[in-house]
Amino acid sequence: MTEKQQEREFTPKIVGFLCNWCTYAAADLAGSTKLEISPTLTVIRVMCSSRVDHNLLLTTFFEGADGILIAGCHPGDCHYGKGNYYARRRYAVLKKVMEGLGLEPERLQLSWVSASEGNRYADVVNAFSEKIKALGPNPINGRPDF
Amino acid sequence: MSSINLDMSAPDGIIALLKYLLSSGKVSAVLVPRRNPDTGAYDIGLIADEAGLDSAAPVDPVMLANTGQILSSLTPAKRSLAVVLKPCELRAFVERVKREQGSLENVLTISYTCGGVFPLEKVIEESFADVIPNYLKRVASGEIVDGTRDTCRACEHFVPMNADVTISIAADAGSIAGCRIYLNTDRARELVGGLEGKQSDDEIDPAVTLKLAAKRKVEKEKLFNSLAPTGDGLDGVIEVFGKCVGCHGCGRVCPICYCLLCDFESRSFDYDLPYFEKELSGKGALRLPPDTIFFHLGRMTHMSFSCVGCGLCSDVCPVGIPVASMFKKVGEHTAALFDYVAGRDVEEKLPVMVYKEEEFSELG
Repeated sequence: MTEKQQEREFTPKIVGFLCNWCTYAAADLAGSTKLEISPTLTVIRVMCSSRVDHNLLLTTFFEGADGILIAGCHPGDCHYGKGNYYARRRYAVLKKVMEGLGLEPERLQLSWVSASEGNRYADVVNAFSEKIKALGPNPINGRPDF
Repeated sequence: MSSINLDMSAPDGIIALLKYLLSSGKVSAVLVPRRNPDTGAYDIGLIADEAGLDSAAPVDPVMLANTGQILSSLTPAKRSLAVVLKPCELRAFVERVKREQGSLENVLTISYTCGGVFPLEKVIEESFADVIPNYLKRVASGEIVDGTRDTCRACEHFVPMNADVTISIAADAGSIAGCRIYLNTDRARELVGGLEGKQSDDEIDPAVTLKLAAKRKVEKEKLFNSLAPTGDGLDGVIEVFGKCVGCHGCGRVCPICYCLLCDFESRSFDYDLPYFEKELSGKGALRLPPDTIFFHLGRMTHMSFSCVGCGLCSDVCPVGIPVASMFKKVGEHTAALFDYVAGRDVEEKLPVMVYKEEEFSELG
């Protein structure tokens, strides 16, 4: 198999942490309106984007996920008032740590998708999936020394 | 009046100040580093009796444990306590107070412009005491002393932030023969104001300290550059942290890592056979003990913005990982996100405990 073919074969594994109150419902809406959504995303439903802590994200990354999407309510719309603001700060820290160590921070993405934004959900997932496809597999896979 | 000058060396001046505080009953105890004159061993003494101060070594270039960490168990103090601590130890304590792991109430903080400390492996050498006079001379003349901890040579925050009392040592040629004691707060003026000496309105000359800060900054750039390409990219991360034996010593001595039950020592990082079997089938080979590299990255995301660069973690590492330098390097990036400086102000909230509605719009 040539390198080019291999690239074409690569189907990323992306883990999506979706907020129960917005993005998870948007995913439902996107499905019921039969929008085309990349099958690369494995959805984990969380009660709030702020539920997603650093170790959860690092575990996901170290277990070999090629990309991680955290999606929650738009700023100002958090079901619990301010969870997404805290999530955003925490995400900024993790992103910076990965950047500081050169660990491909672009494999992480935070997006705001409300319950009514089925189209936006499909766009976000498809675009992120394309991005990860272009990045290639998570280099941690196949590193027995990690 | 904002300063008192004594006709004795700075270390002797600090001891005289502590004796005054104890004998006048202004404080009930003092916390200060000591050196056993017979064995040369250092410790941190909690002293209520004036005679106990004879072995005090307040500014010896030694850090056995972060005094900020120790202070947690002594506060909130019921009766006044005076503490001699290095600028980074004070900053660490402030970070702990923010985490409700201590209180500044009834504590008189005495700190000094710091020349850095030597790694513990140097401190335990028999001839260490001979090093000190020369060290003090070089520090007084504003030099960076070779052989001190990496993060000390690269430390720009050697002028104490928020100390009640500051003694001038680094970059103060007069500190060999005279002791300048600066009283920065009302608490300091109330407790120390009665000390006999030459009073004046002097303040620390920023021109002098800035000169040393500039030197340290150059040293810091050198240190950070020496870490790259190590620590850059997955290969770099494995190269640097791959030596880890998983002892968690760096976390134990860290004044910022205060969690009694660290996530990494909890059952969630206790794996069973099915886990290993699954991992093995995916990778073909596994690295054990598990999560040694993960531990460092987890700690970095949890607390790097609060890192004061005291350097204890590098000192205790049995396999020589430059933990402190890596944390200082990454910590500067994470702190800069929030324009945060660890230990600058006790009223300043931890960056992950607060938010602004309008910020990081590029992130999500």
